[in-house]
Amino acid sequence: MQNRVISRKDLASFVDDLIKTKSAGEVIGIKAQGNKFNFGPLASAAELRLDYDISLLPPKKYFFPQTETVLKYEVDKTPKVEAVAAEKPLCIIGVHPFDIRGLLLFDAVYGGKDPDPNYFLKRNNAVIIGVDCLSPNPKAFAASMGTNVTEEGFDLMLTDLGGDYFVTVGTSKGHNLINKAKTKEAGAPDLEKRDKVRKEAEKKYQVSLKMKKEEIPALLDATWESKVFKDRSETCFSCGSCVMVCPTCVCFDVQDEMALSLKGGERYRRWDGCMLTEFASVASGENFREHKEQRFRHRMYRKGKYLVERYKYLGCVGCGRCASACLAEIASPAETYNLLKEAK
Amino acid sequence: MVMQLTAKQSIHLPRTAELIRVEKLSDREKVFEFKFDDGKELGQKPGQFVEVSIFGVGEAPISVTSSPTHKGSFELAVRATGGVTNKLHTLDKGAKVGIRGPFGNGFPLDTLKGKDILFVAGGIGLFPLRSLINYVMDKRSDFGEVNTLFGCRSPQERLFIGQLAEWDKSKDMCFLETVDRVPDDEWKGNVGVITTLFPKISFDPKKTYAIVVGPPIMYRFVIAECLKKGLADDHIIMSLERRMKCGVGKCGHCQINGLYCCQEGPVFTYAQVKSLKEAV
Repeated sequence: MQNRVISRKDLASFVDDLIKTKSAGEVIGIKAQGNKFNFGPLASAAELRLDYDISLLPPKKYFFPQTETVLKYEVDKTPKVEAVAAEKPLCIIGVHPFDIRGLLLFDAVYGGKDPDPNYFLKRNNAVIIGVDCLSPNPKAFAASMGTNVTEEGFDLMLTDLGGDYFVTVGTSKGHNLINKAKTKEAGAPDLEKRDKVRKEAEKKYQVSLKMKKEEIPALLDATWESKVFKDRSETCFSCGSCVMVCPTCVCFDVQDEMALSLKGGERYRRWDGCMLTEFASVASGENFREHKEQRFRHRMYRKGKYLVERYKYLGCVGCGRCASACLAEIASPAETYNLLKEAK
Repeated sequence: MVMQLTAKQSIHLPRTAELIRVEKLSDREKVFEFKFDDGKELGQKPGQFVEVSIFGVGEAPISVTSSPTHKGSFELAVRATGGVTNKLHTLDKGAKVGIRGPFGNGFPLDTLKGKDILFVAGGIGLFPLRSLINYVMDKRSDFGEVNTLFGCRSPQERLFIGQLAEWDKSKDMCFLETVDRVPDDEWKGNVGVITTLFPKISFDPKKTYAIVVGPPIMYRFVIAECLKKGLADDHIIMSLERRMKCGVGKCGHCQINGLYCCQEGPVFTYAQVKSLKEAV
């Protein structure tokens, strides 16, 4: 598919047109929120902040919301139960490559032999317009995780060339959309410029892994007993901030809530995470990860070993959100893996 | 990636079932017999579990205690301990619940066929194990020698007492039981933890598979006894407890290291468990 180059002005018109016509669904974009950034419904292209470093929450929230009703029921003598899952066409603009890689992991987890309609009914129709991250967050290490760029998982990918944007076309859906905008065909010099911009951005990452990412599973295999887990988790508040902001944290809890009428209610699922105290406890009172050291270690193994063994994707994309959110400053997987390597 | 799905395929949607019988087993445990409203069988393997829904309260993972050789209905034996199970204990015949499943791998019937079997049940570990014991008793000629050991804390906590008496009388198995302690003098049986029964039985470790289900603390000691008797690691089979919320390998709650108790388990061999640091 032919890549394009689009001017800032024409990109703004393209986005405003998407908002006005809703031709690709409701338009979500990356916007400023105080002095930070977050994804939200876009009222106009002027709100877009494609120069952002990181969003507070990853875009997974549009496919896997913080809370989501999955069943509605009436508690008559014979209960009437109905599954709740609906399509919602969305166009998300400004997704960074590492967050796209997070979504690819989600696709693997929520697919498989028992695919989840609540996820895929929203995900299947979504248009993803990515943007290369040129000003990485100080805690990010996506370059070490190989997720600072992606060749898959987007319909269109924007790269800020200074004046114009390079538009990498990923799918025919993306091709048909960008065809409606005023663009130029991208030539070899444009492609060269795109790659140069990406290379320069790669150098801006301040945190890096002191090993190849492929070495993480073997490193963890050799360090289960390491003191690093205990030392590093000592100041953990078990607040769960790290897992709540993570683009690859897929876990959920399921709860029931009765309506005030007591004639019916709904079952909903909501984000849950293995760093929270009760995550691995059972009704008898046994908690299989009672100590914060165990929970801390589990998260590191989950990210660096278990998920990659199961789904081929590492469970960390190096976005830096957990490290930014953690009050105790212990959440960064890169820092822990580096400490494990040093202590070995 | 595109998967054509509808809400009806929801991983959360249960089938409704009617409670057709309730029987008290002890102060804290009851057995509930259910029949699906659509008339279909549960179709479980011994050792599998279901998610029981009480609408307005929630869902809980419960092992199936009846054998698949028993048709037309299925039984769940439940200790009242959490929100759902306490509510379940208040229900009478005719009440409706939701059921999802069966989930999990169940006991390896193909491996066990033709082999000698040592059942070791501790407390309510008897509930999941009973499905396999009854299965073996119903297909008795498919299996070799059967030894069954049952232990619980006190005579008051014995479960399925009628069935224990049947097994005790049966010529098809050697049955021994013990209680940890005796608050009164009426108990004439064995006293001591379940491992004290091991010296009283003999079996050929090459032909025997031990199936062990009990509280987490029991596994350590029983596995040691099994190994002492010469059982190989992959001849020791156990069923582990975790909080399976979704049953389909998504919610993350039942992970044991990299495995999901609801997918690769709840039945594991000791050979597997040995490499899983979080298992027991």
